[in-house]
Amino acid sequence: MAVKIMIPTPLRQYVGQKDQVEVEAKTVAEALSKLAAEHGELRRHLYNQEGKLRSFVNIYLGDEDIRFLQSEQTPLNENDVLSIVPSIAGGTELRHMEA
Amino acid sequence: MPLQVGEKEMATATETPIPELSKDEILRYSRHLIMPEVGMEGQLRLKQAKVLCVGAGGLGSPLTLYLAAAGVGRLGIVDFDVVDFTNLQRQVIHGTADVGKPKLASAQESIHAINPNVEVVGYETRLTSENALQLFAGFDIIVDGTDNFPTRYLVNDACVLLGKPNVYGSIFRFEGQASVFYAREGPCYRCLYPEPPPPGLVPSCAEGGVLGVLPGIVGCIQAMETIKLIIGQGQPLIGRLLVFDALGVKFRELRLRKDPDCPVCGTHPTITRLIDYEQFCGIRGEEPTLTMIGIPEITPREVKKLIDDKQPFVLIDVREPHEFQICRIPGSTLIPLGEVPKRMHELDSAQEIVVHCRSGQRSARAVDLLMKAGFRKIHNMKGGILAWSDQVDPSVPKY
Repeated sequence: MAVKIMIPTPLRQYVGQKDQVEVEAKTVAEALSKLAAEHGELRRHLYNQEGKLRSFVNIYLGDEDIRFLQSEQTPLNENDVLSIVPSIAGGTELRHMEA
Repeated sequence: MPLQVGEKEMATATETPIPELSKDEILRYSRHLIMPEVGMEGQLRLKQAKVLCVGAGGLGSPLTLYLAAAGVGRLGIVDFDVVDFTNLQRQVIHGTADVGKPKLASAQESIHAINPNVEVVGYETRLTSENALQLFAGFDIIVDGTDNFPTRYLVNDACVLLGKPNVYGSIFRFEGQASVFYAREGPCYRCLYPEPPPPGLVPSCAEGGVLGVLPGIVGCIQAMETIKLIIGQGQPLIGRLLVFDALGVKFRELRLRKDPDCPVCGTHPTITRLIDYEQFCGIRGEEPTLTMIGIPEITPREVKKLIDDKQPFVLIDVREPHEFQICRIPGSTLIPLGEVPKRMHELDSAQEIVVHCRSGQRSARAVDLLMKAGFRKIHNMKGGILAWSDQVDPSVPKY
């Protein structure tokens, strides 16, 4: 299945500034792992060291949170749209970000 | 019939049971009053409303200005910061003449200038687990205009515990989010994001910043949601997350669901009082800075002396190219921190090397990397180019 993954602005730098990436996948897990395989730097922003999806990055299929579907095992259909929605706090202060 | 501000209507208005708007107020709010969705009833509700805005910064600026203009009766503001020049690019409630003043005093003046009918209640304090419940108790709606994770979780939990709506807005660079978290009727912030990112994954220096208009847009959405809640019109963003991509000019809406296992608003809550939010967010008191032990340091003055004495050494700047364009130390070579591993071979380990960045944090990492690769004659310039501007060359701009 060809599905679209919408990339939020903070993560676009890891996918060559693209706003969406298309992958072939049957499940959400497969789609995200293909995305991370193609764009290595994105991996640590999506998964923790145990390979689990990070709890402050939400994944939506259409307008529905996958946690309320079948999580990463949610099956995908042709032309489905996945969105990555990271938690943002609004920090604009450089000094808090230099760590 | 739409209300017309004429003598006849005024006479009728004085006979109605709640004649609480003065003639001046009727004129001021006439463009609200002639809308049936607001009308006299809505305007009086606005006048009776008590809204608390946490933060008078990027989001709080448009938010409080519009709420004041709209005639919200009591506007509380929590902020303990002082206006500085870097705020002015987006915090439009403050002006150039306000630099150095408390944000609260500056905001109060601006609000008063727009609408003297608004009672501004200022709290010049940091919002904490100790004072939040007490501060929130006197208000109907809390608007979250903060810029950090600990305060966001604190605002959320306090609102859930008190049963008050939390009008949420958040921004980062070109990304905006808005929602209304009202646990009595829908999900809360923790249902959306059970945990914050660990400080280590907070975007790096090079990724910071925000386009100044973005908090204006998101803050205005928060103001609109607040007013809708007050006047009871329309469909509020309860149970919906609005995501705004300013680059693509795309507004998208995602469905939020109440998490039955939510630790604060779920069926069996484990958080029943306010906790230590710095600890929860992994910050633990001090700033998440990287104080590396054993990193050799050199002060900007000492570096200047090396230059003046014509001592041979290499000065490496590990900031990003766009920062290099803002300011630089003459004679420095740019190797952004991310490129240090693959460009190490450009450096000669037999030479004295000084590494600097903006404040000294990234350069400490670079020095650490280089030391692990066998470089010995290497120093981190303490305080970075900010300290260089303070101690050596004040003509170098700070940012």
